[in-house]
Amino acid sequence: MSEVVLKVGDDISTDIIYPGRFMATVLPTETPQYAFADDVEFNRKLNANEIPKGSIIVAGQNFGCGSSREQAASCLKGWDLVIVAKHFARIFVQNSINLGLQTVICPEYDADEGDELEIRGDVLVNHTKGKEFKIVPHAPARQAIIDAGGLVAYTRARLLAKK
Amino acid sequence: MGMTYVQKVLARACGKPSVDVGDVVEPEVHLAMSHENGAMAMNQFIEIYRDTGIDMKVWDPERIAIIYDHRIPAESSKTANNQKKLRNFVVEQKISKFHDIRGDQGGICHQILPEFGYVRPGYVVVGTDSHTTSHGALGAFAFGVGGTEMAAVWTLGRVLNVEVPGTIKVNVNGKFPAHVGPKDLILHLIGKITAEGANFRVLEYHGDTIRNMSTSGRLVICNMSVEAGATSGIVPPDKETLRYLKDEAGVKDKIETFAPDPDAHYEQTVEIDVSDMAPQIACPHAVDNVKPVGDVAGTRIDQIVIGSCTNGRLDDLEIAARILKGKKVAPGTRMIVFPASWRIYREALKRGYLNDLSEAGAVVCNPGCGACLGVHQGALGDNEVALATTNRNFKGRMGNPKAEVYLCSPDVAAASAPSGVITDPRAGGR
Repeated sequence: MSEVVLKVGDDISTDIIYPGRFMATVLPTETPQYAFADDVEFNRKLNANEIPKGSIIVAGQNFGCGSSREQAASCLKGWDLVIVAKHFARIFVQNSINLGLQTVICPEYDADEGDELEIRGDVLVNHTKGKEFKIVPHAPARQAIIDAGGLVAYTRARLLAKK
Repeated sequence: MGMTYVQKVLARACGKPSVDVGDVVEPEVHLAMSHENGAMAMNQFIEIYRDTGIDMKVWDPERIAIIYDHRIPAESSKTANNQKKLRNFVVEQKISKFHDIRGDQGGICHQILPEFGYVRPGYVVVGTDSHTTSHGALGAFAFGVGGTEMAAVWTLGRVLNVEVPGTIKVNVNGKFPAHVGPKDLILHLIGKITAEGANFRVLEYHGDTIRNMSTSGRLVICNMSVEAGATSGIVPPDKETLRYLKDEAGVKDKIETFAPDPDAHYEQTVEIDVSDMAPQIACPHAVDNVKPVGDVAGTRIDQIVIGSCTNGRLDDLEIAARILKGKKVAPGTRMIVFPASWRIYREALKRGYLNDLSEAGAVVCNPGCGACLGVHQGALGDNEVALATTNRNFKGRMGNPKAEVYLCSPDVAAASAPSGVITDPRAGGR
């Protein structure tokens, strides 16, 4: 079980997740410090290690819209967060899968900050509210990359197969 | 059942007679574009080859373009070091389409690609930039990817695991009224179908208005198609596409074109008549929060921005110069202009546009992404308001989460400069 540590609305852009002014930072080891930089309190908690690994952000529709910047996925992956959204913007969800950030598509979920959630197969369980919600599986094209452990590993295997 | 334009592009790029929506395919890539964030792709590319014992080589150095535009000239030693590393990589890997920080061949990637004839109808183009959708204006299937995806393309020359997207047909008819144009059309469309209305789908543009539109205008529409969530925006190629590529981009070789099948399946058809359209404004903090200019006229503006990959082309600068010649930017309002490329800059210089704009009080910056994304020049102060011809107005976009950005056409931006408030460019408003 993991706690919902942040609840955000619809159309959360990559400018909110990883503001453009930090884009000169590219290394996945360095991007996490700027995750949600303009949400000063949440960013402070992350950097103070007050948020345990596996904690959940819940979002509305179109999470990660906007820029293709991969930092938006790598900064969240760096804290090992899990993102549950009604649905995601295309480039963001692809970047997340490529980097191994867990994204869960759950159009009907009901959850608030502080709720305890569990991802059980294709069901999202909200233990606090005593409710269950169906998870929409990722398209097979993306699941193959998740199963390989990310796109670097997937591509490396393809490269070696060509040899 | 016939195929949409994107289905035809993908079928060709996969060497198949046809593909269906939802098929998982691995299309060949004709052009792979990055800017400064190619540094991220480079790091992942090195990671892919690590411990494989295979000589690290990009699949095709002729099909990779690297164009510095986001932070030029470098604003910090960190950026300069990233640019330096990637520049070394370009030399090592013999990447041929490299546009460094140079006045003779530089500019914003989404202007350089068309301008130098790097994009052709039927191409599969990927770019580590969401506005890669721009190149659909030339009949390519062009879409944004992240750095890791680009590293995979550099390695294998294909995009892995692409799902053939469904298509929304957009029929645009009617003649634009004065001071209304492509930017108003795309803002109107985004407002109508919302920021996620085309997520995972392609917007395919048809109708008289599109057929009569210059490539410059088509680039505006395809550029901002991503703001409706679209994977790509595409104008199937026609005479204008060929004219642009031959006359403006200097393409000498034969250009092949094709059209979607008449019986192709579209998930949805959107009809737009532009005959009575008013200038459109996207209000803070969402690109789909679109209103006619009259609804926000009079809003006080601290900074006006004309430029970017959306509206920094010669016709945009011409409009602004014509409106502002002999006038002055209002005291208390700043105006920043950044042309989309150095070719445009030099032409605007020759024609006197830059002179007219700077005499009016505008600051003309070097071509680049500049103020648009708040990483370099033209950041906003707390509680300041910007009116910009750029493409995004998300909270924090122009470098400050406490500021507001309104998006508009070059006509509205220029017409608002002398008054310092959002102004309808049509005589006396309407």
